Amino acid sequence: MKYSDEFRDREKAQVLIREIDQLAAGIMAGRDLPIQIMEVCGGHTHSIFRYGLEGMLPESIELVHGPGCPVCVLPMGRVDDCVAIAEREGVIFTTFGDAMRVPGSKKSLLQAKAAGADVRMVYSPMDALTLARKNPDNDVVFFGLGFETTMPSTALTILQAEAEGLRNFSVFCNHITIVPTIKAILDSPDLHLDGFLGPGHVSMVIGTAPYEFIARFYKRPMVVAGFEPLDVLQSIWMVLQQIKDGRAEIENQYARIVPDAGNAAALAAVTRVYELREFFEWRGLGSIDHSGVRLRESYAAFDAERKFDIPNLKIADPKSCQCGEVLKGVIKPWQCKVFGTACTPEMPMGALMVSTEGACSAYYQYGGVKRQKSMVPA
Amino acid sequence: MNMNMLPPTRELGQCFVATVTLAHGGGGKAMKDLIDDVFIRAFAMDALQHLEDQARFDLAALASQGDRLAFTTDSFVVNPLFFPGGDIGKLAVCGTINDLAVGGAKPLYLSCAVVIEEGMEVETLRVIARSMAETARLAGVRIVTGDTKVVERGACDRIFITTTGIGVIPRGRALHIETMAPGDGILVNGLLGDHGAAILCARGDMALETTIDSDCACLHDLIATLLLAAPHTRCIRDATRGGVATVLNEMAEASNCSIEIDEAATPLRPQVRGFCEILGLDPLYLANEGKIVIAVPPDEIAAALTALRAHPLGRDAALIGHAVAGQGAAGEMARVTMNTVFGGRRIVDMLVGEQLPRIC
Repeated sequence: MKYSDEFRDREKAQVLIREIDQLAAGIMAGRDLPIQIMEVCGGHTHSIFRYGLEGMLPESIELVHGPGCPVCVLPMGRVDDCVAIAEREGVIFTTFGDAMRVPGSKKSLLQAKAAGADVRMVYSPMDALTLARKNPDNDVVFFGLGFETTMPSTALTILQAEAEGLRNFSVFCNHITIVPTIKAILDSPDLHLDGFLGPGHVSMVIGTAPYEFIARFYKRPMVVAGFEPLDVLQSIWMVLQQIKDGRAEIENQYARIVPDAGNAAALAAVTRVYELREFFEWRGLGSIDHSGVRLRESYAAFDAERKFDIPNLKIADPKSCQCGEVLKGVIKPWQCKVFGTACTPEMPMGALMVSTEGACSAYYQYGGVKRQKSMVPA
Repeated sequence: MNMNMLPPTRELGQCFVATVTLAHGGGGKAMKDLIDDVFIRAFAMDALQHLEDQARFDLAALASQGDRLAFTTDSFVVNPLFFPGGDIGKLAVCGTINDLAVGGAKPLYLSCAVVIEEGMEVETLRVIARSMAETARLAGVRIVTGDTKVVERGACDRIFITTTGIGVIPRGRALHIETMAPGDGILVNGLLGDHGAAILCARGDMALETTIDSDCACLHDLIATLLLAAPHTRCIRDATRGGVATVLNEMAEASNCSIEIDEAATPLRPQVRGFCEILGLDPLYLANEGKIVIAVPPDEIAAALTALRAHPLGRDAALIGHAVAGQGAAGEMARVTMNTVFGGRRIVDMLVGEQLPRIC
């Protein structure tokens, strides 16, 4: 496949791995703790497991799988709200596929569908809009979910609905924003992270400027990374190079997609439709200030939260769940008390077991229980 | 109803209405006319018979073809009913024939039970029945008995078909999943994931311009060819629901081996690869309806590949990996591992639930 196979070249990978080995060995000469690099985005986590990258890296490098899987960090209370909306008479509830399995306190959307709610999987918010046009007597609700990557498409759909005067379309807005969450992670006292792989798709929208504080105030390097395996390896190499040089900068490995200034049209739509919430609840991380958005008052007619009476209850994460510590890299997924026992992909207890992009689920499915040197090809 | 070959003794009923109603399930004339018009006409062609409640076989004739009977059943539900490369009728015949054939059996007879939702168009039923008859005819298999039920709207999705098959296993053929041993080659007979991708595309939700044909096909002839060339083949499985990944896990578990496969060697159609990339799906878990996974001892791998590739249904056959001793190197849960195109290694586990497209 043109334009992707080039980024999966095994020989180039071997060259990069050799250089990464040398860089890591040099850095380790002056320290005991392993080099911890967090990939913020779930898409990177997926690539890392899909291509078996962890096993190719030297043991001194620990990849910490960050909070960037929007499906994973959705709190149970919000899923309950989704179910409550979906179960209303006359509602067609539309959602991206992988959000259907996220457990609420009583049931997931998949279970609500089995019990009779009209829940439909869509591939774009525009599909939901089409459903609204075709079903004028139903209330079509789109489950707006994701970081800045999906925020603009939801915003543009709302603007389109407004232009068409559609009254039976609304969005249950759970869009979240990554920057305050990275800041919250950096502020946590038990943190050892040495650097970050920055989210590629989010940055395509917001650009690289919003990350400057990470370099300036927290003195950590970040490299905005693409999603092909060579992208990921090259970005790790760039982070290591910065650590070796004693630099902390925001670099852009994914310049073929990510303009440093972001996407002005997408940002304009986002600014027009949404405003920041005072705080938003994250599964595994708790409440984080200014980490979510909601629809502005002028788009209230399209806001499912205002349109329907939702329970809006906060449901605490299960006590035995250690997702927060895994997210911050304090423990590895398999070190969690309930990993693979009370918490499995069939019956996920914690956020990270929910989607295939979640670190625990990825370990469970792809990575085995532990990383072993024997996984490295000869 | 029974459709054994007997001289015609009666006129076939005809169904003059356009859609099926509950009256067609009532056991009276309407039902008889529907069965005659749609099923008897298609399956029994011009060799008509009186209707007994069962098909009857001559034991001696069966026994002359082998020393064991193979018996299997499968139900078919698919949306849409018609898709590029096939339809529910063809699927129902191929699926059961393949379930017999992977055990080494020569498929002989099928039953056909249908559950029809009221409101179903009679003409659509005719098309499906003709598709079943044609598929069975080409496969040299006869549909000899069946049943029809009509249920209220909403109680089923247009039509569900159950086929049951009987075949005879020739003397000396012994395919057993637990006999796979370290060193065995793991082969597939062609491009993977076509059926799963075809169905998802055909639903039209993705508005993709490409169409992918289902690989739906009867594989007994291919399997007979394979077993001639590689008589010590250990086992064959058809990689339907759950895809190749699921079959590999079943084979590894049953034989107490591990399996290592090579991503670069797994044959995929470029359209299916692209489709999976866009949706974040793994082609190893996509359903196939004309693909088998075969374990062959080392000294017969080359002969097996040559024989498969010489057959129209095996042109893209490939050696995708090997069975290796004991548990995998990657930890206690790993039975099946894949060497990725990139030079890494990952676990190929059983699928949990259903694959769902990823958000971004």
